[in-house]
Amino acid sequence: MNKTAFRFCCLTALTVLVGCNASSTSSSSPGGDSGSAAQNIKLQGSGASFPAPLYGRWFKEYSAATEGVKVDYQAKGSGGGIKDFIGHTVDFAASDAAMNDSEIAQVDDGVVLLPMTAGSVVLAYNLPKLKKPLVLSRDAYSKIFLGKIAKWNDEAITATNEGVDLPDLPVTVVRRADSSGTTFVFTNHLSAISKEFADGPGVGKSVSWPESDKFIAAPKNDGVTATIMQTPGAIGYVEFGFADQAKLPMATLQNAAGKFIEPTLENATAALAGVEMPEDLRAWLPDPTGDNAYPIVSYTWLLCYEKYEDSSKAAALKSLVKWCLHQGQESSAEMGYIPLPENVVATVTEKLESIQ
Amino acid sequence: MANATLSDLAESASISSPPSTMEIAKDRVFRGLTRGFAWLTVLVVFLVVYEVATKAMPAISEHGFRFVTSSTWDVQNEEFGVLPEIWGTLYSSLLALLIGGFFGVSIAIFLTQDFLPHRVEWAFKNIVELLAAIPSVVYGLWGIFVVIPMLRPVAGWLHENLGWIPFFKTSLSGPGMLPAALVLSIMILPTVSAISRDALSNVPRKLKEAAFGLGATRWEAIIGVIVPTASTGIFGALVLGFGRALGETMALAMLVGNSNQMSLSLFSPGNTLASLLANHFPEAGEREEPVLMYAALILLAITLLVNICGAFVLKHASARMRGATK
Repeated sequence: MNKTAFRFCCLTALTVLVGCNASSTSSSSPGGDSGSAAQNIKLQGSGASFPAPLYGRWFKEYSAATEGVKVDYQAKGSGGGIKDFIGHTVDFAASDAAMNDSEIAQVDDGVVLLPMTAGSVVLAYNLPKLKKPLVLSRDAYSKIFLGKIAKWNDEAITATNEGVDLPDLPVTVVRRADSSGTTFVFTNHLSAISKEFADGPGVGKSVSWPESDKFIAAPKNDGVTATIMQTPGAIGYVEFGFADQAKLPMATLQNAAGKFIEPTLENATAALAGVEMPEDLRAWLPDPTGDNAYPIVSYTWLLCYEKYEDSSKAAALKSLVKWCLHQGQESSAEMGYIPLPENVVATVTEKLESIQ
Repeated sequence: MANATLSDLAESASISSPPSTMEIAKDRVFRGLTRGFAWLTVLVVFLVVYEVATKAMPAISEHGFRFVTSSTWDVQNEEFGVLPEIWGTLYSSLLALLIGGFFGVSIAIFLTQDFLPHRVEWAFKNIVELLAAIPSVVYGLWGIFVVIPMLRPVAGWLHENLGWIPFFKTSLSGPGMLPAALVLSIMILPTVSAISRDALSNVPRKLKEAAFGLGATRWEAIIGVIVPTASTGIFGALVLGFGRALGETMALAMLVGNSNQMSLSLFSPGNTLASLLANHFPEAGEREEPVLMYAALILLAITLLVNICGAFVLKHASARMRGATK
């Protein structure tokens, strides 16, 4: 218990650190100006906090590999990133929810949306005496998040967990208190599989969840993780990386094909594989098909302008994105993100050429 | 005086001579500076209120008074109401004040009335004041990892056996009013105890001695003479502590449960204005920002009201108290 608490404090401290310095500045090499193609270019970006650890690492590595390109990234949340992007205060932004048409219309210079990596949202839970991983049918978990299942030994849950002794504990649902891309991805999925959810809370970065004593909200991914850890009978949705780091058990979920799928990187990758990339690269995966597809995954996008006044900036940004799409993908899996499938990398690289 | 040395003369001259122009100038500059800073402080308060109010204007004209009486917060459908937050803010702060105020004043009495050797008193005082140096995120985490697990069995028992009392109506799932108020009470403890301590130690010794001289026991002297004499200071400490509790953000956001509901039950999750602002501001869109500013304005108004009421009560109570002690 104390050990977990300690580990958690460390994790939180770490996240806070990452959150505060998710800007990565290159260690500019001393005397690097040998008069060659060394340019001193600084790229400013802001947005989603979910891919921030990965972006931070990418930008740092890229700066080290090239000379004179500095990338500053502020993890302020998807909404904030889009706001900055529309206001032209940044060179690029990042968001877990692709911009919608009305947002795109507000940008005169045109928008290019580039999927950079993907992540999965898992249902982490706290049932101290459970030996086997919890298995939830689509019906069960959509009902849980509608506040329709009061106890863990409810019929809907026991049906898929044979031979497991589920306790007579109240189900406590932990949700995000702040506006978040994670909530968007999760509610997008729930609305796709449950009409009742679509008509009730609906889809959004923050939705109005059922009000009950058993719905508690915590700020940020780590807040939700901590609350689940400390609350027997709790279940909540967090990004895979957070649950994985905190060693929280994650539920096995039923996908569109009716199969029960564990939240692993392979299964999440399988979910991405079955998606057709549309022209504008806004691929939504509310409910991926495929036998081994884990049901709750989403791309996270980099938002770039189509036209840059400074051509050297455009060139630097292009080479940065190219680097992330190829060399960068190797570090994704290691950090709990899903590497982009080959065909997607090809499509995105092609799209990159439209940036002037 | 004839044998007075020159230097003595010079010194006495500086004492008795009128102030030089330099000294007068210094004096004027200093007076001007202090006055300037005093007005600047007042100006900053007005600026803040003005800024928040102008940003809140669109929301005020759109939602009007309904904002204070309705209780949904739905960004999707643009329905906003902060009644549960107002309730939660006041309820959690009052609970914290009850607990923290009682302990804070007790500590202050204990540390000023010669119960302990002076050195120990000094050490104690510093330890209590160290509580003020702990960041609120740490308080929040401590609440999640220590306070809530400790409360759980107690809360469970109370709910099982005394569930008919409205305060124990619901079961504690984790974050909720009581853990939030408990942690909050510890956070306001240093404020309350430090100011109460000053007030108590400023009570003239003669009063105490006179009380003993009239045959009062130690406790009679404390309860009947010393505390009433210091009551204005203690009351001021409580008002400050209350104001501190109203505005606490991060620890509450982690502990209160952020759920839009009103319940007398100590074990239900709730929400406070400060925590609402903390959670929604970073990603608020154009539509939500004025609404949040409106909520901030309400929080400001509550805090100002509390302080004004405090000052008012203080004035009247102190007049009465002085009458009583004469």
